[in-house]
Amino acid sequence: MADHALEPGAARMSGAGVVWRLALVAALSCLVVGSASALGLEEGGSANIVGQVWHWFVDPTHWQGVDGLPHRIGQHIGYVAVSTVIAAALALPVGIGLGHYGRGGLIAINIANIGRAIPSFGLIILMFLLVGFGVIPVLVALVALAIPPMVTNSYVGMQSVDPAVRQSAAALGLTRWQRLWQVELPIALPLIMAGVRTSAVQVMSTATLAAYVGLGGLGRYLIDGLAQQQLAQVVGGAIVVAVLAVLTEASLAGLQKLVQSPGLVR
Amino acid sequence: MLIRWDWIGRHADDILAQLIQHVELTGLALLFGFAIAFPLALAAIRWPRLYGPSLAVTGILFTVPSLALFILLIPFTGLSMATSLIGLTIYTLLILFRNIVEGLRGVPFDVREAARALGYSRTRQLLTVELPIALPVIMAGLRIAAITTIGLVTVTALIGQGGLGRLFISGFTLHFTTPLLVGFVLSIALAVAVDLSLAGLLWLITPWNRGRRA
Repeated sequence: MADHALEPGAARMSGAGVVWRLALVAALSCLVVGSASALGLEEGGSANIVGQVWHWFVDPTHWQGVDGLPHRIGQHIGYVAVSTVIAAALALPVGIGLGHYGRGGLIAINIANIGRAIPSFGLIILMFLLVGFGVIPVLVALVALAIPPMVTNSYVGMQSVDPAVRQSAAALGLTRWQRLWQVELPIALPLIMAGVRTSAVQVMSTATLAAYVGLGGLGRYLIDGLAQQQLAQVVGGAIVVAVLAVLTEASLAGLQKLVQSPGLVR
Repeated sequence: MLIRWDWIGRHADDILAQLIQHVELTGLALLFGFAIAFPLALAAIRWPRLYGPSLAVTGILFTVPSLALFILLIPFTGLSMATSLIGLTIYTLLILFRNIVEGLRGVPFDVREAARALGYSRTRQLLTVELPIALPVIMAGLRIAAITTIGLVTVTALIGQGGLGRLFISGFTLHFTTPLLVGFVLSIALAVAVDLSLAGLLWLITPWNRGRRA
């Protein structure tokens, strides 16, 4: 989903704190739920939607077992973490290598666009129809979707290193390996991390859709709730997914600041 | 057999109808997105304090997983085309807003000064000097927003809309790859076609940039 690739605004946006972002999400959710009830949109003429969603959240049965929130949240984070890590292990060396040697630029820059054109919902169903039900086909689809932004961003990050800096490093007698690890990577890191964030947020969104082909995770509440027409469960689940996605993005932004070389902070 | 061509032949009408809905949803979302993002961008340039908060809000909305966002709109607009359209529009905002601002800010200072010195009014300066210079960056944003929206439209099949996404659903429920692949390929083809047309449109309307690669 997300696209922080290549746009200069990305770095600035990470300036907003986690707490502030969460407050915004909370405010938006309240606005949604609150004004829905103010408009008198009621389901089945019973209690209003705020009450229903509230009851869904406080019902202890929604907090235990395989279908409980802790388990579903853990599953969801698990899918996202595993596919993002696998994709990073495949994509980053390629993007960094291409950027370091300055080769394959056309493909490296356009692969994110190609990835964006693939409808993730269709890819998930395609994998399901071709391979059958299971975690593996879904993970393959998630990894495939997470690779393009990371390749593009790591390539652009490496390419953005000032040639004068490269030359000074070479003049100081640093080996290629030292230049890569000690000079180029630290400078490219913010853009590389922006790619990882983009991918993780996109995977988080697509993992929600994977519930459609029977996978667990938070998408279950949305897909099952839609099928059973349980508005409280659908809206409750959607709020949890939204908060988790914003938290993930914010914590990756925090991680980016942590790993950033102190010499580069302006 | 992954593809049964006779099925495609028999369902050509239906496929065409979904394709048309897909184009409609994409076009309207981009139109509404632009109509919101453009004034917002102008305001953010005029009052720089607005920039951070606008970017944060559109950024957070952009982070919310698509299905969750569509669902959070259901209490207001139900399982309707409006729900799908509002959600799709929201996703275009970050990309369009950011690119319009960056594009207009990229106009060289001396060019703006020159326009001022020639006695151009604010509006005339914006429309005849700054916008044309910013067009490549704005168009880059429009292209990304268009490709993203085309993919997202398919998700709205889960809330009863969806254009080509409906073919995904039929493929899934019938356990039949033909409709799925038709929808999949057409969706990618549509994205590529729109991307190329927008690039061509930019080439047409910015004759002064021809021969220079951005």
